[in-house]
Amino acid sequence: MNFQLNGQSHQTVAGTTIGSLLAELQLQPERVVLELNQVILNANEYREQQLKEGDKLEIIQFVGGG
Amino acid sequence: MQTEGITLMDTLEIAGRRFNSRLMVGTGKFSSNMAMQAAMEASGSEIVTVALRRVDINNPADSMLQYIDTDRYLLLPNTSGARDAEEAVRLARLARAAGCEPWIKLEVTPDPYYLLPDPVETLKAAEILVKEGFNVLPYMPADPVLARHLEEAGTVTLMPLGAPIGTNRGLRTRDLINIIIEQANVPVVVDAGLGAPSHASEAMEMGADAVLVNTALADTANPAAMGEAFKLGVQAGRLAYLAGLGPQRGTAQASSPLTGFLREE
Repeated sequence: MNFQLNGQSHQTVAGTTIGSLLAELQLQPERVVLELNQVILNANEYREQQLKEGDKLEIIQFVGGG
Repeated sequence: MQTEGITLMDTLEIAGRRFNSRLMVGTGKFSSNMAMQAAMEASGSEIVTVALRRVDINNPADSMLQYIDTDRYLLLPNTSGARDAEEAVRLARLARAAGCEPWIKLEVTPDPYYLLPDPVETLKAAEILVKEGFNVLPYMPADPVLARHLEEAGTVTLMPLGAPIGTNRGLRTRDLINIIIEQANVPVVVDAGLGAPSHASEAMEMGADAVLVNTALADTANPAAMGEAFKLGVQAGRLAYLAGLGPQRGTAQASSPLTGFLREE
């Protein structure tokens, strides 16, 4: 299954949840903020949410900035 | 510190919150997170800015949050990278969703060469974000008319630029910032372009309420020393402002008595 991850095409198996994707990428959920198809995801609710073909997922974090 | 009844402990108040430091620092471009932490510590700052970016999936770096004690510093996310109001609003909402307090340093800079803030889109974004309950601190051109519009929109500060971001060129917009300070009813924070403690001091002497620096601290071999130098510069300028600078004159006025000279009259 194909979806867009941070602007790039990404492959994963059907049924992948956002929680398992974060685990696969070794990202700590409390340190990132997520946006799926331009809608901000509630941190308490997205872990079991399954990704669908064509989804656009953004994983964002704080970096140094002025 | 108490000096003839003038206290350096006068506080900066933004959106009902009090701060002892009048120096805000940015966290970008430091050679290491340790250097950044040392600069923050030495600067005495209580407000630090951060940016939001996509995680590099192939090479995830540590989140900046690991290196900032949020009990000690107010995290002020910026909307850097936004080219219009819509992108800025999106970033502000993401910052709040990431668990930040609803404080946002609004930056809309469509031109990558000079990174000058877009006045029209900045005002548009400010109006939206204020309605959504954000405390908006807008990075803005040093334009006194725009300053009035932003204040009317409900921003909690005005942040005019001294010079383009990262240029270290000092208060090139001095006369316009003077007018903004004269008219403002919210704190004026001079942001961008301040490259030396003397620049920060000059802004504070003019009556700015605070300054924000990043490049000046990151762009030196010793960020901690520069952080302290800026802290002292800001304190010196503030104290001078509170004391009241003497008037400038066109001709000399002797400091020593003009009587009792050792010569024949």
